[in-house]
Amino acid sequence: MTRPTEALHTQEMLINMGPQHPSTHGVLRVLLRTDGEVVVNARPDIGYLHRGLEKIGERVTYAQFMPFTDRLDYLAGMNCNCAWAWAVEKLAGIEVPERAEYIRVIVSELNRISSHLIAFGSFTADMGAFTPFLYSIREREVVNDLFEMVCGNRLTYNYARVGGVSADLPQGFLEKTKEFLDYFEPKIDEYNNLISYNKIFVHRLANVAVISAKDAVGYGLTGPNLRGSGVKFDLRKDEPYSVYPKLEFDVCVGTGERGVLGDCFDRYMVRINEMRQSVRILRQAVAQIPEGPVIAKVPRLFKPAAGEVYFRSECPRGETGFYIISDGTTNPSRLKIRTGSFVTMNIFETVTKGLMIADIVAVIGSFDIILPEIDR
Amino acid sequence: MAIFELLQGKFGDAVAELQSEAVRPPFVVVSAASLPEIARFLRDDPAMKFDSLMCLSGVDCKDRFAVAYHLHSLAHRHYIGLKVFLPRESPSLPSVDDVWPAANFMERETFDLFGIVFEGSKDLRRILLPEDWEGHPLRKDYKYPESYHGVKL
Repeated sequence: MTRPTEALHTQEMLINMGPQHPSTHGVLRVLLRTDGEVVVNARPDIGYLHRGLEKIGERVTYAQFMPFTDRLDYLAGMNCNCAWAWAVEKLAGIEVPERAEYIRVIVSELNRISSHLIAFGSFTADMGAFTPFLYSIREREVVNDLFEMVCGNRLTYNYARVGGVSADLPQGFLEKTKEFLDYFEPKIDEYNNLISYNKIFVHRLANVAVISAKDAVGYGLTGPNLRGSGVKFDLRKDEPYSVYPKLEFDVCVGTGERGVLGDCFDRYMVRINEMRQSVRILRQAVAQIPEGPVIAKVPRLFKPAAGEVYFRSECPRGETGFYIISDGTTNPSRLKIRTGSFVTMNIFETVTKGLMIADIVAVIGSFDIILPEIDR
Repeated sequence: MAIFELLQGKFGDAVAELQSEAVRPPFVVVSAASLPEIARFLRDDPAMKFDSLMCLSGVDCKDRFAVAYHLHSLAHRHYIGLKVFLPRESPSLPSVDDVWPAANFMERETFDLFGIVFEGSKDLRRILLPEDWEGHPLRKDYKYPESYHGVKL
């Protein structure tokens, strides 16, 4: 029997995915135009969480903007805190004590682990495997406990300060961190055994939404999404800041191990491998951290000389860049925040053409976007 | 700076000045009309190879607007900034989203929040604000609205 495919006409459908959809990682709305199961066009509609952080930045002082950076990416508040502090210090030419820089690296890498854990957990949950999410949340709790020790908060930390950090590490923190690392490192193998190489999981991700290295660079992808396409570029290595030059680690890139280079599986695997590298960085940082002051003498209200700076640092979701224009007053005259997720959404419409509807979920999960960072 | 002199030699008056005092990375000020040509040159020339547009920002300089492009080359690991100054009245400049695809969302954002028009853009719509929003909030003279669709703000 021959299949009457040519005689069958399907009508295009317009489907509204989101803004309240569990797999869109927040309030992302995607307008899907589909032909049966196949996506003709997927147009992202963003802005539901727009709070005008750039405008707020013009109305508060440099120090006052610190708590707002927590809200930039609530899964990686420490990274954003430190990114802002580094940017302002570069603008104002402030020297930071070495101990403070080590503390920043320690909390940043811990936060990178906890952020990648959420990326891993929610991604697998989106793919229909709920158990790994519970595993990743279990480990993330330990990191949250560590952060609670440091600054009293579990999600929005407000820990870094211009010139250092708000308080020294509490007693027993470094020992607890070491304990966590010893506990956590074998868990990564457990995740790989549990889900990473699961046949169904691999089938859902391999060869889906392939991004070539050229496209990844042209579309401005950064962080794990860029490295997933095989581009070896990591700001911690290639544009070193803070004490990263003193720490040894490898830059993880996609290898196309289960499909084509630059597919969803590569982006997923880069995050898993980066957790291992973060553990490596943390072990060295914990061993090397010197004694000393944790904050430089910076007045609460300071006026950087008129000038401009663009500083970017490696956050879990790609590069977070602050473009600050100072007119010599206590507030920035203009503050532009460039975030990894926002720029990543640009390529979404291009890579989702011709995929199945279920693959859209895989693409969103593999990009590891977060909406407050997109909308700001 | 070598890149600035090279650009000035090639494009002449379209490249105005170099801002490198207290500005990191340094900026080259270019004219709006020559922007696509310069952008293409910066991307394609083997000595330049600025393949990545890091950041595109609108700036309100009170008497005029500026659009700032931060460029980075993955091949050569160098940086340059481009700056285009625009008049306050109906600011517009050519789009560069065919040179760097990454520009599209950033141009839409600048259009949305500053009202700067990017001519020849693939898709220039508001991106963060609702489509019927009035005004452009990041302008310094923006008046905060009192209500939106009957909802008090």
